[in-house]
This record gives sequence, structure tokens and C-alpha cells, in this order.
Amino acid sequence: MTSTTTLFTPTAATPMSSHWRDFLALAKPGVVRLVVFTGLCGMLAAPGSINPVLGFAAILSIALAAGGAAAFNQWYEADLDARMKRTARRPIPAGRVAPKDARDFAALLCGASVLVMGLAIGWLAASILVVSIFYYVVIYTMWLKPRTPQNIVIGGGAGAFPPLIGWVAVTGDITLTPILLFAIIFFWTPPHFWALAMFVKSDYAKAGIPMMPVVRGERATRWQILAYALFMVPLAAAPWYLGTAGIVYGVASLVLTGLFALLAVPVGLRTSGAQDTMKPEKRLFAYSIIYLFALFGVLVIDRVLQNAGVIG
Amino acid sequence: MNENGSNRMTPEEEERFKKARKGRNLAIGGALLFLALLFYAITIVRMGD
Repeated sequence: MTSTTTLFTPTAATPMSSHWRDFLALAKPGVVRLVVFTGLCGMLAAPGSINPVLGFAAILSIALAAGGAAAFNQWYEADLDARMKRTARRPIPAGRVAPKDARDFAALLCGASVLVMGLAIGWLAASILVVSIFYYVVIYTMWLKPRTPQNIVIGGGAGAFPPLIGWVAVTGDITLTPILLFAIIFFWTPPHFWALAMFVKSDYAKAGIPMMPVVRGERATRWQILAYALFMVPLAAAPWYLGTAGIVYGVASLVLTGLFALLAVPVGLRTSGAQDTMKPEKRLFAYSIIYLFALFGVLVIDRVLQNAGVIG
Repeated sequence: MNENGSNRMTPEEEERFKKARKGRNLAIGGALLFLALLFYAITIVRMGD
């Protein structure tokens, strides 16, 4: 843990009265929802079928791993969270959960996730789950985030694992499509996160986190947001033109990603002034979440239509 | 330490603590029961493979 871990130090005489909702908050349910959705889509888009009980166990494992990794992140960054307005009310900096309890809770969730995945699906999927947890907790949270403005670029890999794991749970192997799904989330993460970082820049600066807008400045960040968003157009359509997804996905991905790139244009080209409301950045951030839900949703619809023989 | 600077809990704090502990225990109990049922279901399915 980083320097100021003693924001709240419970003693034996004053035990914590943490509510179960505080532990739920440690698992970042909002993030878990997106992770579960992409994992489920990876599973449903994969060729073949899976027993519903095993499918449920696989999705539960992905959710537990994401929740555990998020709790580890909050445990490790409790001192940074306390310095930022956006995160100061989280359970550890607010003193509602002891750091030690948060760490144990995180370890329990991660351990349970790997065990359930291994027993229900197999140890290849469980191994990828271990790698994803290690990637997020150690490589991203502990190593990259406090050191480099490229933290989000490489760290984005952590959020890209769920569809890969969902796919492997059904097929038992790794092919081109799950790698493309991984790449889509990997390259979506920087413009998504930097759009957020643009309007909470002062918070990150205060906490000493080397986010791109803080270290490289606004101009460089804006160009990179635009570059990544434009690159997403051919990338998101790749499952279609490489023949692993149908025309419904192809058209929808071009429309959805086209809009994503279109919203990134004003963000990329403008310069914010004093008292700027950052409307284009907020709009891009909000759309980026809807975009990912929609893109993966369409991938599943496309697979269902293909299986039903409606499209080729 | 409590709100009064003492190491002993006030009756209100104790009440709050007991309520939170009860909630946590129920959540843990529910999670364990759920996991037992899940492992049972996984075993039945895997045995049928």
C-alpha cells in the first residue's frame, strides 16, 4: 500500500461497523456490470453452446474476479482516493471499511473466482482469469498507474479480458475473433478514459497520478483521443470483413464507431478555455459507454441471426 | 476511539455495530449457501458430461 494507509486505523476497542453495502461498493458494481456484459457477449457470440449452469458459473467467476480486482485497487489506492473529490467518499478513505478487511475481501473474491472457473469450465479459462487479475492489480494499479502517462493504454488490457474468457469458456481455445474482441476493448479504453481525465484533470494532478492530460498536456491528449477513435473504425469492423461476423454486425459497427469517431473530432480539435464546461468531452465519455454496450450487443444479435439462418 | 474520545462504545455505537455485524453475517451466510448450491449443480452437470 502507498504512503498514507493510516487514514483510518481501527483499534481493538473500536471495531469497524462496516455494512455489507460498503463491501459491495469496494467491488465497483458499475464497472463489474460492463465487465459481465462483455464477458457474456463473448460467450454468446462464440460458436457452440454451453450448459446454462456452467455458463452462469463462468459469468459469476468473471464478476467475482472483476470485483476482487476492483477491491484490491481501492485497497492499494486508498490514500490517493482520499485526495480526490470523485473518490474521497469510497469506503476505505471515508473510514467505513478497514484497509485490512478490504484486502482480505479482495483476496477472497479473486480466489473464489479462479476456483469456480477452474472447476466449472477448465483451467485454461481459469489461467486467463488469473492473468487478468494480475494484469489489473499488479501491472496496472501498482506498477504503471503511478509511473507513466501510458498507464491507461497498457492497463486497458485488463478490461479487455472478459470477452476472451467468455469465448474460451464455450470453445476451449483462443482464435482470431476473441483476440479481435480483446483488441476492440484495448483500443477503446484510452479515448474513453482520457475523455474522463480531461474533465477531472485537476483531481488527478492533485493526487499526483501521471495521467496523459496532466503530464503531456491537453493538446497531446486531444490528438491521441482522436487518433485512437479513428483507429477504432476499421478495428471494430474487423470481425465482419475478416469473415467471423455477419453483415448486421458489420453495418452496425461502422455506424456506431463512426459516431464515436465523429464525437471525438471536436474533442480532438478544440482547445478548452477558462471556466470551460467540457461538454464535448463529457458527451464523448457518456457515448463511449453506450457504444461498447451496443457494439457487443449487436455482435450477439448477429450470431443469433446467423444461427437462425437469417443472415449468412 | 468513539465520538467522545473514549475507547468504549456508546450505546448508539454499539447498536450500530451490532446491526452492521448482523447484516454482514447474513450476507456471508447467504453467499456460502449459494456457493454450496452452485458447487452441487456444477458437480451434477460435470458428472453428466
